[in-house]
Amino acid sequence: MSELGGAFAAAFQLIATADADLMEIVGLSLRVSLVALVLASALALPLGAWLGIARFRGRRAVVVLLNALMGLPPVVVGLVVYLVLSRSGPLGTLGLLFTPTAMIIAQTLLILPIVAALSRQVMEDLWSEYEDELRALGASRLRSVPTLLFEGRFSLATAILAGFGRAIAEVGAVLIVGGNIAHVTRVMTTAIALETSRGELHLALGLGILLVALAVAVNATAQLVQNAAERAGA
Amino acid sequence: MPERGGLPIRLEGVRVERGRRTLVHDLTLRLEAGPLSVLLGPNGAGKSVLLRLLAGLLQPSAGTLEPARRPGEGSAIVLQRPVLLRRSVLANVEYALRLRGIDGPERDQRVRRVLEATGLLGFEQRPARRLSVGEQQRLAIARAWALEPDLVLLDEPAAPLDPPSTRALEEAVRRLHEEGRKVVLATHDLGQARRLADEILFIHEGRVLEQAGSGEFFEGPKSAEARAFLAGQLPE
Ligand SMILES: Nc1ncnc2c1ncn2[C@@H]1O[C@H](COP(=O)(O)OP(=O)(O)O)[C@@H](O)[C@H]1O
Ligand SMILES: [Mg+2]
Repeated sequence: MSELGGAFAAAFQLIATADADLMEIVGLSLRVSLVALVLASALALPLGAWLGIARFRGRRAVVVLLNALMGLPPVVVGLVVYLVLSRSGPLGTLGLLFTPTAMIIAQTLLILPIVAALSRQVMEDLWSEYEDELRALGASRLRSVPTLLFEGRFSLATAILAGFGRAIAEVGAVLIVGGNIAHVTRVMTTAIALETSRGELHLALGLGILLVALAVAVNATAQLVQNAAERAGA
Repeated sequence: MPERGGLPIRLEGVRVERGRRTLVHDLTLRLEAGPLSVLLGPNGAGKSVLLRLLAGLLQPSAGTLEPARRPGEGSAIVLQRPVLLRRSVLANVEYALRLRGIDGPERDQRVRRVLEATGLLGFEQRPARRLSVGEQQRLAIARAWALEPDLVLLDEPAAPLDPPSTRALEEAVRRLHEEGRKVVLATHDLGQARRLADEILFIHEGRVLEQAGSGEFFEGPKSAEARAFLAGQLPE
């Protein structure tokens, strides 16, 4: 058997036996990215909704900035968070560097603009469609926000899934602020990078397969959401 | 002072401008509580603008409109292109009621009544956006009706409908009016105006050129524009 074939076999072996190291890494990845997703969404949805509906001077500029931030390189986010959390940084005394908390912070910052910008677009489109009707029904602008969040629930779910996809797959930010410490801050992407460079292909491959499976699952979920939206006549 | 739905409504020298354009000029008229008023005129005449003024969705640029209108206060409007929520038929009507703080048995009773009146009983759980156009228009009317407004404004509610759906809708409009509500309905459809109107307001290029009883208007329109419109010489 070729080296590659052997690595694949070993990778599937790891997955099939739910190898403890493998599961620990996957678990941490999910925990970090899911917590970051919840935090980012809790901030980004109201921000996106507000930007979609409010009218104020400079709003255009904020929207352009937010859209630009969607493309933030993870390593840059990692670097900034590193500087803030490092011993001499403004939050250095908290001692958060190289902890999962630091990784959560970095990923939250990374995906916040994504969820905010996508939901801003969703809310703005909905508002132009609903504004007159909601006003006519007697709903205030503020009262319209929860209504539109609900009306846009399927598109917003897709925005949130996009955020998750970005978080779970990124390597730069978590590597810089987490440090890829075994059993502490090692997540799927950083583990893959390390194991590959060390020639330990079976673990890298096993994680790679699971990462792809996760990406597929996220997309499948997005598709299910889409189908549900169509059934609901949305 | 008026007690119900702010009727009668008086407009004096009302003008609406958008940028450099004047959408309606110098409207001076009075809408009394009783008759079913039809706002008749060709496309672009200013029917929607006038209804939106009456609904409080637009404010006059000049002139007076009394009593002052605010959205949702005493009136309900069915917009020319009503926006239904991406929810069930039932949830659409309930939403409007909840905005007014109407809940519980009172709400259920109203919902049932208006769905019955618009022929939508049995449709409660259907997604509103999946209804046929005719059903959607009737749902929009049901939603306005449930608020039990004294003044109901209907903006070309039958424009997208085929003849049977139009009949069903006109039936609902008549019942709405027979309950003692003031109805102002905009249309460019002469047949519909004849069938429904007690009173016609003929509007053309942003001016109300005539306000007359339906019989009087159709027998002897006073303005040249109205005569041309009745003869089919103005684009409907
Ligand atoms: N928000 C607006 N801004 C600019 N022009 C408008 C606006 N709303 C309506 N108009 C114009 O005002 C005129 C009357 O429109 P409308 O009341 O919709 O006519 P209709 O009688 O067909 O309902 C039309 O020429 C239309 O283009
Ligand atoms: Mg119109």
